[in-house]
Amino acid sequence: MTRFRAWYWLALLAVLIGIAMVAVAHGAVSVSLAAVVDALRGRGDPTAIAIVRDLRLPRVILGALVGAGLGASGAALQGSLRNPLAEPYLLGVSGGAAVGAVIAFALGAANDAIITLAAFAGGISAVFVALAVARVGGRGTRGDMRTLLIAGVIVGAFANAAIMVALARAEPNTVRGALWWMMGSAADATWERVAWLAASILLAGGALVYWAREIDVLSLGEDTAASLGVDAEKSGRRVFLLAALLAAATVSAAGLIGFIGLVVPHIVRRLGLRAHRPLIVAAALVGATLVVAADLAARTVAPPTELPLGAITALLGVPFFLVQLRRTA
Amino acid sequence: MIKVADLVVSYGRGSRNAVDGVSFLVPRGHLTALAGPNGSGKSSIVRALLRRADILRGGVTIDDREVSTLSYAELARLLAVVPQREEAAFPARVRDYVALGRYPHLGLWRAPAEDDDRAVEQALAQAGVEDLADRDTDALSGGEWQRVRIARALAQKTPALVLDEPTTFLDVAHEMAIFELLSSLARSGLAVLLVSHQLNLVARFADTIVLLDQGRVATSGAPAEVMNATLLESVYRWPVVITRDPAIGAPALVPLRRPLNL
Repeated sequence: MTRFRAWYWLALLAVLIGIAMVAVAHGAVSVSLAAVVDALRGRGDPTAIAIVRDLRLPRVILGALVGAGLGASGAALQGSLRNPLAEPYLLGVSGGAAVGAVIAFALGAANDAIITLAAFAGGISAVFVALAVARVGGRGTRGDMRTLLIAGVIVGAFANAAIMVALARAEPNTVRGALWWMMGSAADATWERVAWLAASILLAGGALVYWAREIDVLSLGEDTAASLGVDAEKSGRRVFLLAALLAAATVSAAGLIGFIGLVVPHIVRRLGLRAHRPLIVAAALVGATLVVAADLAARTVAPPTELPLGAITALLGVPFFLVQLRRTA
Repeated sequence: MIKVADLVVSYGRGSRNAVDGVSFLVPRGHLTALAGPNGSGKSSIVRALLRRADILRGGVTIDDREVSTLSYAELARLLAVVPQREEAAFPARVRDYVALGRYPHLGLWRAPAEDDDRAVEQALAQAGVEDLADRDTDALSGGEWQRVRIARALAQKTPALVLDEPTTFLDVAHEMAIFELLSSLARSGLAVLLVSHQLNLVARFADTIVLLDQGRVATSGAPAEVMNATLLESVYRWPVVITRDPAIGAPALVPLRRPLNL
């Protein structure tokens, strides 16, 4: 196993900042890196300042926050569920958020904040439904995290089915709006949305980092966790809720961006991290970097068409995962 | 000292109680073995010790403190358990894995302090796995992994230690080494409870054997008393004879083959 070195932190941070700078500079209108720095300080061409400050910067930061949230959520889930295939969208969050957004569209909501809020509420409701399903279905299997996971998958499947039914009779506008959720995009970034997402991610992510040692213990299984003084049921549910909160916040801000939550924890473990406190922080950094890079690709690969961000991350993620599988096999 | 008093555990599915009025003591400085057929209640007692089973009556005290009144962390500072099964999803460095034994002692920010590091080094030495400290847990053999798990429990620095079938899947030499280790840990002053199917080894190492049958204590006492052919035949429902271990004269069990039906 590779050993994680202290300077890796600097490298991870440097790569993130570097890619973010490039992402701010490039797009339909490219701005030189020097002009970006000037614009950030409020100097130079007013058009460049507007592009950098009002368009690109919120978009890049939103992408970074979404990636950070998904990476941290995935790392916490894989550890506490002891399952390398666990990922945030398995909790039913994504389906629930899409249902929330579709309901808002169908009710004629045009206000961005209302749709975001509806998606967030939908995602969180799905998690509570999953917890309830696990409680009913898992009677006797006290605190079994696998029951929770299965319940999440079931609720997600139900939500997806509900969307299909709703969309079959929906107006074209509603269908387009719903599709946006399925494909994921950072294009609608506003500073307001960035602020709201940043607050949720700092809160839920910070809580996960605080409870990360508990995830270390949970990853040894329920009996061992109990012998080490951790109530596996209670603390498993806590991790589940916080991870779901992170996922719901990212989905409501940018729709479904697949594979980040699944792949990023594997990359970070490959760097030699095992303990969940550094693992979650590093997963946030790497997730941020990947989503910013994928969004840059989504904007610049086939201009003027903008490709769906969620599709790009999956296109990049699948081959990566195949390589990973080959190496571990 | 672990004291199990009139313990009744049920899984509440209308069937008989998994543990039905069991009492026994695990004193410090002694190796106490819990034996009995499959389904006799051994694992349910371990679960009750971990507060993971519903206790209908009676209870467990550790050094005179009632387990049900303790928080999970308080309990983990009194009792360390090596459960039967443990599937770690992701490998870790042995030293980091053993350090998880310090979890119940960590402060609010859960950062290890100097005496935590010292406890980890001591536990590695006690279990004889210092050489493995920088290996990864997925690169260990079965015997090494069990010793490392015992080291993790020792890092908890508790007065009582429980092991549930620690030698399953181990070959003779590794099994003997684990029993020698447990025996020396008991002699160093720990209260050690060993759940084991290996009656012959238990008879050679344990100070006391508690033999369970259908959730009750069939008998308990020194190995010479418990290793009784009539008793064991009725508990295991299989014909047996008792012989002597040629080296130290400990009683040894030989299950018989059924006579051929010609």
